[in-house]
Amino acid sequence: MSKIAVTGDDAIAQAAKLVNPDVVAAYPITPQTIIVERFSDFVADGEVDTEFVCVESEHSAMSACIGASTAGGRVFTSSASAGLMLMYEIIQIASSSRTPIVCAVANRAISGPINIHGEQTDQLLFRDSGWISQFAETNQEAYDQTIMAFKIGEHPEVLLPVAVGIDGFILSHAIEGIEPVTKDSVYNFLGGERKSTLRLDPDNPVSIGLLHLQDYYMEARAQVRDAQQRSKQVIIDTFNEWKNLTGRQYNPVESYKMDDAEYAFVTMGSGAGNARTAIDELRAKGEKVGLIKVRVYRPWFGEEFSNLTKNVKGVITVERAHSFGSPGGILGQDVKSTLFDAKQTPYVAEYCYGLGGRDCLVKEWVEIYNRSKQSFSEGKSLPYFWWGVRE
Amino acid sequence: MPTLKDYAKKEVTFSGGHRLCAGCAAGSMARQVTMAFDKPTVICNATGCLEVASTIYPFTAWEVPWLHVAFENTSAVASGVEAAYKAMRRKHMIKDEHIDIIAFGGDGGTFDIGLQSLSGALERGHDFLYICYDNGAYMNTGIQRSGGTPFTASTTTSPAGTVVPGKGQFKKPLMDIVVAHRIPFVATAVPAEPKDLIEKVRQGLDVEGPAFIHVDASCTRGQRFDPSLSIEITRLAVQTCIHPLYRVVNGEYTMDRPSLRIANDPSKKKSIEEYLKSQGRFRHLYKPERQDDLIRMFQEDIDKRWEEIRTKCGV
Ligand SMILES: Cc1ncc(C[n+]2csc(CCOP(=O)(O)OP(=O)(O)O)c2C)c(N)n1
Ligand SMILES: [Mg+2]
Repeated sequence: MSKIAVTGDDAIAQAAKLVNPDVVAAYPITPQTIIVERFSDFVADGEVDTEFVCVESEHSAMSACIGASTAGGRVFTSSASAGLMLMYEIIQIASSSRTPIVCAVANRAISGPINIHGEQTDQLLFRDSGWISQFAETNQEAYDQTIMAFKIGEHPEVLLPVAVGIDGFILSHAIEGIEPVTKDSVYNFLGGERKSTLRLDPDNPVSIGLLHLQDYYMEARAQVRDAQQRSKQVIIDTFNEWKNLTGRQYNPVESYKMDDAEYAFVTMGSGAGNARTAIDELRAKGEKVGLIKVRVYRPWFGEEFSNLTKNVKGVITVERAHSFGSPGGILGQDVKSTLFDAKQTPYVAEYCYGLGGRDCLVKEWVEIYNRSKQSFSEGKSLPYFWWGVRE
Repeated sequence: MPTLKDYAKKEVTFSGGHRLCAGCAAGSMARQVTMAFDKPTVICNATGCLEVASTIYPFTAWEVPWLHVAFENTSAVASGVEAAYKAMRRKHMIKDEHIDIIAFGGDGGTFDIGLQSLSGALERGHDFLYICYDNGAYMNTGIQRSGGTPFTASTTTSPAGTVVPGKGQFKKPLMDIVVAHRIPFVATAVPAEPKDLIEKVRQGLDVEGPAFIHVDASCTRGQRFDPSLSIEITRLAVQTCIHPLYRVVNGEYTMDRPSLRIANDPSKKKSIEEYLKSQGRFRHLYKPERQDDLIRMFQEDIDKRWEEIRTKCGV
């Protein structure tokens, strides 16, 4: 099909349209709003066969999603920042209820002070919740990953909710060309005719959401742990099937010019674009630097990550997120604990950048590289550093 | 019209062996509610005594599909369930039959923390019946005050002390708030009037759109009375006009028989003191000395509300 020009939000709404969920329950928040608005258009024009529950809050959005999914429906929602935090309590219950809700996140900074621009801290806040958590770099990826999220989450070996994040404004409101897929191909990709997986079935009454005390609580949580582990293979298989369908290759952890790299940037989301340009410039000057892009953040693909860092001297994590009082960045801590098991631990420099949507230009990525490499060649890792902040 | 005897023969899908306290009126209410079922029915339950005590894994007292998600969101959960059934029915994914949906919430889960999600669901017009079982406090967590706790009641967060005589505020006018949403069916009920309660549940389920029933469900532990008296205490709530029985169908108020008898013969109206004296949570109104002012203020408030309801019901 020929390309269409869409914003990131629009791409996600189009993807959700192809999936044709039974229920969408969502509440608007910048920069996610367009997703909800576009989807409302599809409902209004009869382009989807979805019950759109226009709830009065995000807390109710996630609650209605759990109700709908438990009743057996295919469910989609979307949020950001304050909205995610308002649903935080219920986000946890979505995973323990094993409801494969798909939630698109237009990643936005956290109040206060209030700010509406891009930052991934919001999605990272629920990294421990049992959700499968992914980030997209481009609108095409956002589109593709949204469709794939349904297949991954609904897989009987998984049955977990899935979040797909796009950087607020940087992707959500930026127009890019994407190559769409057809409704039929999505229908087939998701397994064709869907039978109801009705769990609240009057013919077969069960109780869901019971009180688990000291005698059973850990086992219930362990089931979520195991589903997270099982999801790894399902994610890889799904990415492969998507490649067969579209020719577009996805990996949980991706690399750029890593084959002979001595140094590696590690990042997630749209920042990878500038990183790649900076790498090209540095490579032109003879620097052996590459990029590791984490697409699937939870479950954490540690082995795939380690395979890429086996031969590097230094790792530079650059994340549009922060964690106060912590020993480093949020992604940074996953990276460091993964590297700890390596035969030869590389040096590490951790950067927080771009909070509240602040730009980080290609030349700044080059500066980050030079600063880090300088220290590595002196035999030192660097402490966690907030790039570009006026101290 | 089925008689009470007929109802007593009906299958009850809330089975014994649950762990509610002896004399818990919420349990009696739950049994009565299930007697009204005549179609496939699913239940959403807010966190609280009824939820906790009926479903301790690996046991459940419910013989109909039952879902608990959290404390403040049961109306939103029910909204989602209803929406999914609708969509799946339209797509021929499930049988083409109507499924009744009930949401249970305590007074805390309804008057306070769940009010927003309730209001949202009523406004959106989902087809479900919300039943608030009001035991007058957050009982599950140890008798803390709620917006539904009556004036002067002693709770663990509105304790009667040497200076403060229990809760300082009157009960939130929840019924008025719900009626203001202009939904098709709103009613009050008590387990002491089972036929009335069961009929209202059936009527609430049968209307198209949201329905709401406010049930006074006494609590032996929190209101402090002997477990043998729980049903009588809810009867007293009606007889004193603290919890008059009426329904509002499409905006039209009708008083139901137990309260109508009082409206027609005011000599039957009991003083609230009978209610107050029956429960330990009001003991400080009498000991160490009688609090005439507070008792009068309480009575005046109840009288005023009773007059309002009588006027609305035209009796
Ligand atoms: C968000 C949240 N806040 C607080 C609680 C703790 N909590 C559980 S049940 C409950 C009180 C329930 O009171 P009510 O709705 O009146 O029901 P009851 O227990 O009296 O039957 C509270 C405060 C909770 N589970 N979730
Ligand atoms: Mg209560």
